[in-house]
Amino acid sequence: MDALVNKRIKRVMKGDQDAFAEIVELYQHQLFQICYRMLGNRHEAEDIAQEAFTRAYVNIHTFDQNRKFSTWLYRIATNLCIDRIRKKKPDYHLDAEVRGTEGLNMYSKIANEEELPEEELMRMEVQERVQYEISRLPDKYRAAIVLKYIEELPLAEISEILDLPLGTVKTRIHRGREALRKQLSNL
Amino acid sequence: MMNACPEKVIRMMDDYLDGEISPSEEKELKESLQNCSDCRQIYQELTRTIAFVQSASHVQAPPDFVQKTMAGLPKESQRVGVKRFMRHHPLMIAAALFVLLMSAAMMSSFSDDQQFSFTKQEHLVVEGQTVVVPEGQTVVGDLTIRNGDLRVDGELEGDVTIVNGEYMASTGVINGEIEEIDQVFEWLWYTIKGTFQDAVSFFGGNDQSIDE
Repeated sequence: MDALVNKRIKRVMKGDQDAFAEIVELYQHQLFQICYRMLGNRHEAEDIAQEAFTRAYVNIHTFDQNRKFSTWLYRIATNLCIDRIRKKKPDYHLDAEVRGTEGLNMYSKIANEEELPEEELMRMEVQERVQYEISRLPDKYRAAIVLKYIEELPLAEISEILDLPLGTVKTRIHRGREALRKQLSNL
Repeated sequence: MMNACPEKVIRMMDDYLDGEISPSEEKELKESLQNCSDCRQIYQELTRTIAFVQSASHVQAPPDFVQKTMAGLPKESQRVGVKRFMRHHPLMIAAALFVLLMSAAMMSSFSDDQQFSFTKQEHLVVEGQTVVVPEGQTVVGDLTIRNGDLRVDGELEGDVTIVNGEYMASTGVINGEIEEIDQVFEWLWYTIKGTFQDAVSFFGGNDQSIDE
C-alpha cells in the first residue's frame, strides 16, 4: 500500500493530476470521516476535506517521502478542522440580528453549538448523541479522540499528526475520554 | 465521584485503556476494581464510552467527492499533459517522433558532417579553415574544398568547387571555373538515403525512454 502510494506521489510531484485523483480516491472516506467527526456537519466536512486535498496537492513537494503519506494528509486536515472550529467560536454580539433574517439573532444561529435541553438529548439516536457529545469537546481533545477511537490510529502516529509529544497526546485522550464519560453518563 | 477514588487507580485505568500497563499494575488495578465500587463504576462508564464512540457508524464521502476535489485543483503543468498524452497515444507519438527524428537526424548529420577537407595540391597553405594559394606560387590542378574557404593570393590553374564555404576576396588569379555549393536542401538531396537509415536507428533507440 505504502509503495503504491509513494509511486503515485512521485507522479504527482511531477505534476500529474491523474495520479492525484487516485490518491483522493484512496483516502477520501477516511479524510471525510475525520473532518465530519471533528466538525459534526457533512457540508463543512466536505468543504474542509476538499481543502485538505487541495493543500496536499499544492504542497506535495514539501512532503517527505520517507514518512507516511496518510500522517501528513491527516495533519493538514486536522489543522484545517481546528482552524475552522476556532473561527466558528462567536466573537460577535450574540443578540445582534442576523442581516436579512428578521427576528433571527446569533443565538438561534449557533443554537446547535449550545448545550441542548435534557429532553431533546433523550430523543436523540445513540449515534447522533455520540456525535453531538464529540462536537462539544474542546477542539484539542476532539482531534485526539477522533484519531484514537474513530480512526483507530496508534498513539505514536497521533502524536505525529498533531505535532505533539506522546505524553501530551495521552493526556488529551485521557481528558477527552473522561469528559465524554461524564457527558454520556445519562445515556 | 472521581475524587473519591485514588489518583493512582485512575492513572492505572488510563494506562490500561491505552494498552500500556505493566502486568503487575494490571493485577493491582483488578484488585482495586473489585474492592471499590466507585472505581468500578468509572471503569465501566469509560469502557462504555469508548464502545459508544467506536460504534459511531463510519461515514462516507459524497459520491462526487473525487470529481469535485479534482475540479477544484489548480491546473496541471503543460509538461505533464504532454507526457500523459504520450502514454495514452503511443502510436501517434511514434509517428510524430518518426517524422521529427528523421528530419532532425538529417539536419544534425548535415552539421555533424562539417569536417574541413580539401584536395591536396602542391604549394597549398592552410590558415585555420581557409585554404590559401600563397603569393608568388602557382597551383596546378582542380581543387575541391569542403567546409572551408579559399583565398587565392597567387595563381591557380584549374576548376574550384567549394562545398559549404566561400571564395574570399583574393588578389590572385584563377584560370578555371568556380562553383560554390552551400545550400542545405541541395546537400540533403544527395544524402537523404543514408540519413533515412540513421533516422530509423535513432527512432529505435529512443522508443524505450518514451514509455517511461
